[in-house]
Amino acid sequence: MTDAAAGPPRDPQAPQEAQYPQDPAAAQPMVQLLDRHGVRRTHPEHEVDLEPEELLALLRDMVLLRRLDTESEALQRQGQLGLWPGSRGQEAAQVGAGRATRRQDQVFPSYRDHGAVLARGIDPLHILSVFRGVDHGGWDPATTGMHPYTLVIAAQMLPAVGYAMGVQRDGAVGTGDAARDSAVITYFGDGATSQGEAAEALNWASVYQAPVVFFCQNNQWAISEPVSRQSPVPLHQRAAGSGMPAVLVDGNDVLAVLAVTRAAMDRARAGGGPTFIEAFTYRMGAHTTSDDPTRYRSAAEVDAWREKDPIDRFRTHLRAEGLLDDEHEAALAAESDAFAERLRAGVREIPDPDPVSMFEHAYAEPHPQVLAERDEFLAAWEQHDEEARELAGGAS
Amino acid sequence: MERMAIGKAINAGLRAAMERDPRVLLMGEDIGALGGVFRVTDGLQKDFGEDRVLDTPLAEAGIVGTAIGMALRGYRPVCEIQFNGFVFPAFNQITTQLAKLRARSRGRLSVPVVLRIPSGGGIGSVEHHSESPEALFAHTPGLRVVTPSSSHDAYWMVQQSIASADPVLFLEPERRYWEKGDVDVDLAPGQVAPLHRARVLREGSDATLVAYGPTVRLALDAAAAAAEDGTRLEVVDLRSISPLDVDTVARSVRRTGRLVVVQEAPVFFGAGAEIAARIQESCFYSLEAPVKRVGGYHLPYPAARVEEHYLPTVDRVLDAVEQALAA
Repeated sequence: MTDAAAGPPRDPQAPQEAQYPQDPAAAQPMVQLLDRHGVRRTHPEHEVDLEPEELLALLRDMVLLRRLDTESEALQRQGQLGLWPGSRGQEAAQVGAGRATRRQDQVFPSYRDHGAVLARGIDPLHILSVFRGVDHGGWDPATTGMHPYTLVIAAQMLPAVGYAMGVQRDGAVGTGDAARDSAVITYFGDGATSQGEAAEALNWASVYQAPVVFFCQNNQWAISEPVSRQSPVPLHQRAAGSGMPAVLVDGNDVLAVLAVTRAAMDRARAGGGPTFIEAFTYRMGAHTTSDDPTRYRSAAEVDAWREKDPIDRFRTHLRAEGLLDDEHEAALAAESDAFAERLRAGVREIPDPDPVSMFEHAYAEPHPQVLAERDEFLAAWEQHDEEARELAGGAS
Repeated sequence: MERMAIGKAINAGLRAAMERDPRVLLMGEDIGALGGVFRVTDGLQKDFGEDRVLDTPLAEAGIVGTAIGMALRGYRPVCEIQFNGFVFPAFNQITTQLAKLRARSRGRLSVPVVLRIPSGGGIGSVEHHSESPEALFAHTPGLRVVTPSSSHDAYWMVQQSIASADPVLFLEPERRYWEKGDVDVDLAPGQVAPLHRARVLREGSDATLVAYGPTVRLALDAAAAAAEDGTRLEVVDLRSISPLDVDTVARSVRRTGRLVVVQEAPVFFGAGAEIAARIQESCFYSLEAPVKRVGGYHLPYPAARVEEHYLPTVDRVLDAVEQALAA
């Protein structure tokens, strides 16, 4: 720690390299079940034993997630979406963690966690409706167990802890009933760990032993700031200060992420308390469609991470295991194309909300000032419409 | 009818709400064994247990943030913020999450959280203990902001706030905690005044004084003093800042033609500004004089030895009344 602090001063002109942790192995061994060449490794603590169809389902989830990203970026360029925060490169982290949740669990995501949303069986058009500007929430949180996206960095973490405390009070922890025991998982990024609320959430969860898993996707960049600007220590070490176990996992290894997250969720459901997971991954694309990453990171860095592509890696593994052949690939490609076509067609059909609906949900119970403003709005709208019609009529 | 201090009345109201609904939880710093720094939660942890009266870590964002999560799970958390100036670490959770989750989810999420905040000054305390932050929260769509001025209202309004499906900031007049008053605890639900209805506490025909929370007592004192000189002042206790019961105030002003708003918070951009604007809109032709505002100056709350010069006084209220009557 002191070494890092005493390092040479940062040259603001020099391009920033994602260099944290300089040597992940120096911090904590990174859990890996597939090496970067897709060769299956074993791990003494973290293992998964999946059926072939489950393995193929993971591949499918990742392929569709990437397709969602590609199509959404294009839709933004075509003016169909206002903005798109990309998930490319983080498919293994999001799908692996997403598949570790059960129906009764609750997810508190950030805003790039499209894979987590898909894993809950939510129609991706709900995600697009958020970034199209149709509404702020998208899906129904009550029926999906998926909280709305949270754009204020780290602000979903404390509500996640509180929800987990509610789960605890409901006695839905440690009963041994797999259909009842529940846990909460919250997604956040490397930048979020700098927020005070993140520190409060970790501490709070530990104090109350709340059934919550902190799933940190360290994608190396918080817009233009490298993770070295967020923390002098590996992010998973943040958990030690609150007395919570932490795991560093290869975030581009879907099997390892699934194994580690499943174990953490099981532990939480059993009443073992919170866990911090750092999924070491990379944001292959821009922060959002408004970003230009060439201004702050090198092509060489991106190329180096492309070599670790989570989907290629898993594909290689499945091929080597004889689980994936050209026929499967063709079927998957066709499914992906149909998925993309549905997105392209569907996004254009999402109706704009009725403007007056903005008055509907600010309050549950009547608020006289809001009701009066709604009436004023409606009257003015009607009058302006009428005037516009008269003008149009007069001009003809 | 029971006689109790405002602080005790809130305590009794919390107890009643907790007895009625097992989902009601209390959260805050030092609210358990100590009973809170103002003793408002005295005895509740002993009777309801640590699972329902939670002594929390010392972190206000944590209190509000986790309360939001508990509310999403179906609980009805009532958070005590220890002092008004300490609410700001939680400002992010209050304004970006608590206030917006219902709208963000198109009504699918409810966050019925109550934040109890001792508000106002006049207790000779140190910095950050004497502020009146109501305008900041009233300006935040999605929140309700109420403040009782009597024991009776304290008892009932805290229960109504807990029953509300919306988040409510319940501002407790800090320097009035120990003032005693009668509480009719036996009212049926339909007999209790609606949470957001202002109340005329004293009738008069020469000018209207609008006050809320700690300044209600001041307004009543001013009205009593004015009466000695033959000036009949009407006193309206606002009770709710958001929403605002403009109709009750307007009805009064249409009769008196004059309005003075009395608040502890800085006058600049304060609740009085909103009231003045709305009254000139709705009562323009009834007004005999410009609306006057009496309150704090646009300054950080001063040190205790000079706070009496910062806070509105009977003399300052009567000066404003005089100006209104002279116009």
